[in-house]
Amino acid sequence: MEIFGIPHQAFLGQIMLGLVNGAFYAVLSLGLAIIFGLLRIVNFAHGAFFMVGAFVAFLIGRDLGIGYWPAMILVPLIVGFLGVVFERVALRRIYRLDPLYGLLLTFGMVLVLEGGFRVAMGSSGQRFATPEALRGVWNLGFMILPIYRAFVILVAVVVCAGTWIVIEKTRMGAYLRAATERPELTQAFGINVPVLLTLTYGAGVALAGFAGVLAAPIQQVSPSMGSDLVIIVFAIVVIGGLGSVFGSAITGLGLGVIEGLTKVYYSEASTTVVFLVMALVLLLRPAGLFGREEG
Amino acid sequence: MVALLLSPAIKRSLLALLLAALVAVPFVPEIIYPIFVMKVMCFVLFACAFNLLLGHTGIVSFGHAAFFGSSAYITGYALRDMGLSTEIAILAGVLFSALLGAVFGVLAIRRQGIYLAMITLALAQMVYFTFLQAPFTGAEDGMQPIPRGKLLGLIDMNSDLSLYFLVLASTCGGLWLIHRIVNSPFGEVLRAIREHEPRARSLGYAVNRYKIMAFALSAGLSGLAGSLKCVVFRLASLTDVHWHLSGDVILMTLLGGMNSVFGPAIGAIIISALRHYFDALGAWVTVAVGLIFIACVLLFRRGVLGEIDHLLATRFASRRIVKEQKNAQI
Amino acid sequence: MQNTLRVAVAAASMLALGAGSAAAQVSDDVVRIGVLADMSGIYNDLSGKGAVEAVKMAAEDFGGNVLGKKIDVIFADHLNKPDVGAAKAREWFDTGGVDLINDLANSGVARAVAAVAKEKKRHIIVNGASNMGITNELCSPYAIHYAYDAYSLAHGTGKAVVEQGGKSWFFLTVDFAFGIGLEQQVSDVVRANKGRVVGAARHPLATTDFSSYILQAQASKAEIIGVASTGADAVNAIKAAAEFGATKNQKLAALLLWIEDVHSLGLQTAQGLMLTNAWYWDMNDETRKFAKRFYDRVGKMPNMAQAADYSSTMFYLNAVKAAGTDNADKVSAKMREMTVSDMFTKSGKVRVDGRFMHDMYLWQVKSPAESKAAWDYLKPVATIPAEQAFQPLADSKCDLVKK
Repeated sequence: MEIFGIPHQAFLGQIMLGLVNGAFYAVLSLGLAIIFGLLRIVNFAHGAFFMVGAFVAFLIGRDLGIGYWPAMILVPLIVGFLGVVFERVALRRIYRLDPLYGLLLTFGMVLVLEGGFRVAMGSSGQRFATPEALRGVWNLGFMILPIYRAFVILVAVVVCAGTWIVIEKTRMGAYLRAATERPELTQAFGINVPVLLTLTYGAGVALAGFAGVLAAPIQQVSPSMGSDLVIIVFAIVVIGGLGSVFGSAITGLGLGVIEGLTKVYYSEASTTVVFLVMALVLLLRPAGLFGREEG
Repeated sequence: MVALLLSPAIKRSLLALLLAALVAVPFVPEIIYPIFVMKVMCFVLFACAFNLLLGHTGIVSFGHAAFFGSSAYITGYALRDMGLSTEIAILAGVLFSALLGAVFGVLAIRRQGIYLAMITLALAQMVYFTFLQAPFTGAEDGMQPIPRGKLLGLIDMNSDLSLYFLVLASTCGGLWLIHRIVNSPFGEVLRAIREHEPRARSLGYAVNRYKIMAFALSAGLSGLAGSLKCVVFRLASLTDVHWHLSGDVILMTLLGGMNSVFGPAIGAIIISALRHYFDALGAWVTVAVGLIFIACVLLFRRGVLGEIDHLLATRFASRRIVKEQKNAQI
Repeated sequence: MQNTLRVAVAAASMLALGAGSAAAQVSDDVVRIGVLADMSGIYNDLSGKGAVEAVKMAAEDFGGNVLGKKIDVIFADHLNKPDVGAAKAREWFDTGGVDLINDLANSGVARAVAAVAKEKKRHIIVNGASNMGITNELCSPYAIHYAYDAYSLAHGTGKAVVEQGGKSWFFLTVDFAFGIGLEQQVSDVVRANKGRVVGAARHPLATTDFSSYILQAQASKAEIIGVASTGADAVNAIKAAAEFGATKNQKLAALLLWIEDVHSLGLQTAQGLMLTNAWYWDMNDETRKFAKRFYDRVGKMPNMAQAADYSSTMFYLNAVKAAGTDNADKVSAKMREMTVSDMFTKSGKVRVDGRFMHDMYLWQVKSPAESKAAWDYLKPVATIPAEQAFQPLADSKCDLVKK
């Protein structure tokens, strides 16, 4: 059986791998979108925190013997804490300025983190073993799928759904939504918006750190692992609609699949197709696929 | 601005001194490596050209490497594969990037702020992809070796000395042009757009046309910088079109000070020197540049030149009042 | 008065003459060798610190001096970027007083630097890279391609695999001069032996996730998946192939594997793979002696490029000594007269196109049971005589070759 001249095995296989990549995009863009929604900061350091997450998982595994499963909890906490510190020390000083400065400040942070890890750990990648329980493969008929990759898709969906529940159904989420819509009014109701901002930034980068742990066994852990990823995730959030949290998660998965399809037909263009989509979306539907036009 | 506090005579003699120093450089290679100076001049021009958009029109482009790099590739192609003379090759690069700038402008100015920056990034990524895939660019290996050609078909550019003066002259010419643009009525309109776009529009200015013009001019001059770098190093590579360079030029501009004509030049010099002289420290340089970036955003948003100016201005506050209205640009 | 002036002029001109003749011997009173290597990227293990140490060992073993002048070894990181490498080389030649650049891992960098060396008329010796351009379109009297090249890999591993019956090939190629050049060379060998190439997937340098490329290779149904990359790329590709079950129905041919790659793959995964190397640490007493000294300094066994870094640096210094000057043209002429007999090769000689002719060897990775000690990884399969291992002079596109 063939689809447009491509054996359907390859076709389905690439879509499957696209979903795996899409899962990372979804978790990363989720965090980025939450941060932008509330802080109006384009967090360029998102990819760097993703990298830090992977490194922390690697380091606590190597030096403290902490395994993969505890790392899934510990690493987001550690990375989230780093984010909180960064927000308190630096980010909050520039909220009143043009969003451009947020972009630049976090870009500086990228250089510091990437350079720092390069100095400390070298540029070449470190291997990170797949956890024992998730080794092995499933034969899906059209492809051999390593169990770990299926696990990544599953976890990403759970995390996105969990975040949705937190934002839509909890009191905390209600504050968050309120503060996103009307910060001054929310403050007037006695909610501590500055703390909310700090926690939101922490939670957003914690998600990035979590994605880093997920990625560690698939990619090698290296200082540059988040560097090109960040602009792709950016594009995804813009396509989904800046600030639209679920729009970006869904767009993330969708673009993973589009990338996979591109690999079937024109493999070299797979890293560029995201930007093509972004340019088209911005020109035709400026607020993004799921966003609302702002005044 | 610093220069404003000095008398025109001092200003002129300082400029003459700087020029004299630059002319002397190729004759004392023991003190400073002329090729490095040429590279710095390219980045100085690039940063100042970029600032036409950022500082003077208030447009953030996150895709300026596309102009710098495509011009380098076009110049390289003209020299290597078509065997044209140096000045025509450079001109071809500049025209191409100016045109590309106009196209970017037409598409990008339909949006504002971050969205505009994202469109320029997206377009620049497509330019990057084009050069990665195009058969004549040598992809990851870069386009090399590119002959330097002959200026006007006569003067052999293989001599570093002749080349140095070509680069010096072109950079000075480019900077002079930027200075003229900024201080022209056209520049006034750009600033009016930056300060209050709706008002500029209501005054009857065709704002979009001005923005597109600014894009094309900034891109063309960035292209000149890219072409020169290509001729100097006899090589065009993907580094020249990579988005990291777009980030670099923003850093240079911000560091030097975006509210002046030549502030970005200082930023370009500092960053290039840091990379050149502390090369052996490897990734520490990246960390240092990152910290400088953060410090700039948090503490010195005026940039080096802007801060010096501010310092002098507060000290000579009384003298400054007279010149307040002229404060705009130097 | 007149007399004193005359004496002064005479003295001055004698001084000038003296200075002139000294300069003709050794420029700026030092013979400086620059090691331009990948110090931090994915080829760091193959070149990096090991390459620098190998060159330093050679300088020390030579006595630290040549023609009474100090031998100075400096190094820099090219970051695997041709523009960075070329700019560094230009600066070294222009103001750094560098007489020879060695190692040059990464074909893109090597090509860019070869162009600069040709322009500046200074020596380079390529050990880390395989690109055929060095001895073809980019050749010059100042460039020597020493350790191995794409042709020798294709006529080693590539040919051996085709002869074992691997007739249809799909390539996983790293997308720059090295991978593309290697793919071309092997494709030629495959076609010459009545095999066919069914496709190729190109991936960027330092790819970490090969899953989608492996899928393409599986879909191609080729018998052989040719891995036209090296270092971490090849290791990751081989691991991904095992992970996605590609090794069940298809065979892997790793076209350039290094001892370090075998080390990081582990014998369990790597066993049975064929590889073409110019040198292996466990060939004879001399190689073992060098390897031990190297191991004590670097903490791992040397590979063929690092052994060649040592051997070629010695060769260059011997040529400087024999020529009595570090003048590039005179040293170049000497290097093309002399033969090399050391722990790297017993009868090495530079050809007019800059190709250093020596025997190559085909090896196979041992199984875990066969391996007796740490770093005991390879067993010899065949010797490929120099004339077969390297491109015939008649096919060279080098303009120094008289036709």
